[in-house]
Amino acid sequence: MTAATDQLIIFDDVSKFYGEILGVNRVNLQIAPGITSLVGPNGAGKSTLMNLMTGLLRPTRGRITLLGMPTDEPERLFRKAGYCTQFDSFPRGLTGREFVSSFLRVHGYDKKRTSDLTEIALERVNLLEAADRKVAGYSKGMRQRIRLAQSIAHQPVILILDEPLNGLDPMVRAETIALFRKLASDGLHLIISSHILHEVDMMSDRVVLINNGYIVAEGNIHGVRDEMEEHPMQILIRCDQPSKLAAYVFAQDHVVEARLHEDRRGLFVKTRDADRFYFLLNKVVADGEITLESVAPVDDDLSAVYHYLIGTEGGSA
Amino acid sequence: MSSTADVIASGSEPVDLGWSLWVRQIRAIFRLELEKNFFGRRSILIYLLALLPIFPIAGLALFTPPGNEWRDFNQYSTIYAFFFNGLILRTVVFFGCAWIFMNLFRGELVDRSLHYYFLSALRREVLVVGKYLSGLITSVVLFTTTTVVAMLLLYLPHFYSQSLRFFTEGRGFTQILTYAGITALACIGYGAFFLVIGLFFRNPIIPALLLYGWEWLNFLLPPLLKKISVIHYLNSLTPVPMSEGPFAVVADPTPGWIAVPSMLLVTLLVLVVAAYRIRHLEIHYGSE
Repeated sequence: MTAATDQLIIFDDVSKFYGEILGVNRVNLQIAPGITSLVGPNGAGKSTLMNLMTGLLRPTRGRITLLGMPTDEPERLFRKAGYCTQFDSFPRGLTGREFVSSFLRVHGYDKKRTSDLTEIALERVNLLEAADRKVAGYSKGMRQRIRLAQSIAHQPVILILDEPLNGLDPMVRAETIALFRKLASDGLHLIISSHILHEVDMMSDRVVLINNGYIVAEGNIHGVRDEMEEHPMQILIRCDQPSKLAAYVFAQDHVVEARLHEDRRGLFVKTRDADRFYFLLNKVVADGEITLESVAPVDDDLSAVYHYLIGTEGGSA
Repeated sequence: MSSTADVIASGSEPVDLGWSLWVRQIRAIFRLELEKNFFGRRSILIYLLALLPIFPIAGLALFTPPGNEWRDFNQYSTIYAFFFNGLILRTVVFFGCAWIFMNLFRGELVDRSLHYYFLSALRREVLVVGKYLSGLITSVVLFTTTTVVAMLLLYLPHFYSQSLRFFTEGRGFTQILTYAGITALACIGYGAFFLVIGLFFRNPIIPALLLYGWEWLNFLLPPLLKKISVIHYLNSLTPVPMSEGPFAVVADPTPGWIAVPSMLLVTLLVLVVAAYRIRHLEIHYGSE
């Protein structure tokens, strides 16, 4: 085993079938530390990938390792990994504190360490005050947070979170994203599934787009966007003479469309080669013929990539 | 979220992966499960089952039926033997164990909470041991209590002083311990079978009823087939021999020194099957 594989989550030609129904097919992934988001429509295979990663499901074909550990050895795997599932269910009759501490005891921690870790986890998700109330009486957002607390309580280095922002109000949502960022900056692997694209865009180091059980694209979102040659990149240029700029860019073979903005103070340009277009723009500005106010890609975000690759609109908050 | 939550995730400790860790984990599982078994919403049926034999015996204490056998102290050991075999062993212990042990895993799959165990740093075999022990203690505590109370309640109201001597100085003490031991052994054996049934079948009622039928028809089976049952070994241990009726196929009882180790060995094998099954179990709550 190389040092590199010890740092990665690796899917090696993984397929999962439920009888004849496809879960995921021929997945090859290498996930490095940081925040990786799994994005796709309902039924795309996001939860299947997560369940495979944590041994709740077994691959029909292929192999998965997390930091070099196989997924069928939970006694090793969950010393390092935590998984907050989407299942909104709990063992009956427990308070939030008992819920977190009981499973720390199952991990094998002694009473003192369990108590310390429980407090830290509850504090991290802002549930200390409600910790001694029965989980059955919690709101949806509180249940989501107590599950998050349970999954991070043993301080894993890999954290897998299935739709962790569901049911959270905007304030808690922002705090949770901040917590994820903090954990990622501490060197953790965070694998997050979400359908709220602008939040994914905001927090992810890389995305994995999945549809109908297949990985459609993966990597840094801008890198993914750059590789989509069949969808020219759209750029909005705010300037003092958009019509004149339009005349310049029309002469370029990589520009497929140029359209004036409704307020006639900007120009939308679609280009197959963004680098060449920016080079041209620099030249125009250097010549002093046009004064630029701003330049911004219009469809260089996850939402656009999702729309192009998967064909439907992504979700929103 | 928290400004003071500054502990860096380490994924460290406890690092010892040996027996001491397993014992700690079994104790943690045992505690969680025991609470569910005794105080969970599914426990009501167990209490009703445990009380089931007490009601008719309490009735007998108030209204002695006609017939000479009810006035002869020496007949009471035979009466209790029938009562124990027919009601306590074959009904209360059988269905009680079915309910307790099948729910250990099946109940959690229905409640969608088994994944919390599966997502802990825990060998799944250890989970089987912890859950089995919790079911065992629950069933042994409840059903041996039923066995002992039922016996005392049968004897004491009718022949108080004679019964006291019987239980303190005579064969009564040995008998009551033997019946309690048989009940415990039944919980050990049936418990393991029902735990496995709960792991293999989505609807465990049908295999449980098939097992029930097999155990009831045991008296009709040829001697070799009789031995493929739990009840045969349990009946071999009863302190008071019983007739199984005119249609019964007579077979020699298995001596205690063979019956008890055989039961324990089979139980161990069944638990090994359970451990293998749980090691490969996937969680598909959607299909439960």
